Amino acid sequence: MAVPIALAAGSPLLAWRDGVYVASSFAGMLALALLLVQPLLAGGYLPALQARRGRRVHGWLGAALVTLILLHVAGLWLTSAPDVIDALLFASPTPFSAWGVVAMWAAFAAAALAALRARIRLAPKVWRLSHTALAVVVVSGSVVHAWLVDGTMEPLSKAAFCLLVLLATAKVILDLRAWTLMARTRRSADRR
Amino acid sequence: MTDDRSTRRAFLAHGSVLAGAALLTGTPGLLRPAQAQGLAPTPTMPGGANNYIPGAPVVSRIGGGGFWMTGTVRRAGDGAPLPGVRIQIWAHTTEGRENDAHSHGATLTGADGTFRLEMPQIIPAFGQAHGHLAYEGNGFKTVFLRPVMARSRDTSLSAHFVLQPV
Repeated sequence: MAVPIALAAGSPLLAWRDGVYVASSFAGMLALALLLVQPLLAGGYLPALQARRGRRVHGWLGAALVTLILLHVAGLWLTSAPDVIDALLFASPTPFSAWGVVAMWAAFAAAALAALRARIRLAPKVWRLSHTALAVVVVSGSVVHAWLVDGTMEPLSKAAFCLLVLLATAKVILDLRAWTLMARTRRSADRR
Repeated sequence: MTDDRSTRRAFLAHGSVLAGAALLTGTPGLLRPAQAQGLAPTPTMPGGANNYIPGAPVVSRIGGGGFWMTGTVRRAGDGAPLPGVRIQIWAHTTEGRENDAHSHGATLTGADGTFRLEMPQIIPAFGQAHGHLAYEGNGFKTVFLRPVMARSRDTSLSAHFVLQPV
């Protein structure tokens, strides 16, 4: 996770960007970095953070992800508002911005569902399916967005990191059989 | 330019033969392809007007230079080169952001309708190394262009205007 960000910190482009623009770039990179941790936490693959503890950290990092996205967009807005308005209205000449905007709304929706889940009494299956589906949109949208941007990230480490994010997300979804909650619960109950 | 003109002449001759044929045969449909081949105006590109500052001064060079923005300006329809047309150029460069006033400058086309203005190296910003150009004047419809560099290490970029008279 540190490698692509460290390589980006050495980018010559940084010399020609001001602090706000640099900060918004790194907010975007940190948000991308979180997308590797989030599925690992959800799947309980980090030894120190399993089950309930892992889920709690997953929630905190989800809130951090929303914050980083807001910082990313706000920093870009301060750098060049018309370009951000074009992106938010899907009128941008750069194709990658639409992917980023879709991923942003999906992340907001996934976080909102998590926050309101108990209050709106979401059925477990609906919750799981919708949160997973939104996560897939967040991950795929963000990866395409990051990959198409010609910016401070070094291309090779960016590609490798994006691939890791995709693999981690796919593995967790397949392992948890996220689309068959009821069947999975029943099977584990039978085993007991 | 000379090549363009001879081509146009050849086309016009060809077109009038077609028109003559249309008159003879009485099929007006044949006229349409001949008219459609007039040079079409360049449309404004999405995002082209972003960070435009109207009336940036005509300069001999923007900042320290080292990068060349070049292009042509022609009239829609007959493709005649347009001299003395004011083109404003701006970009995110090694010397400033797109919305910094000192990143903007204008130049005038020569007698052959071409323009070239030296400016600082364009660097990728908002995900693409790109420049902005605007036609500024009264005789033609406003056009904003936003050409993208094939490689961000390129040291020149070109953009071509075909203007629609108003």
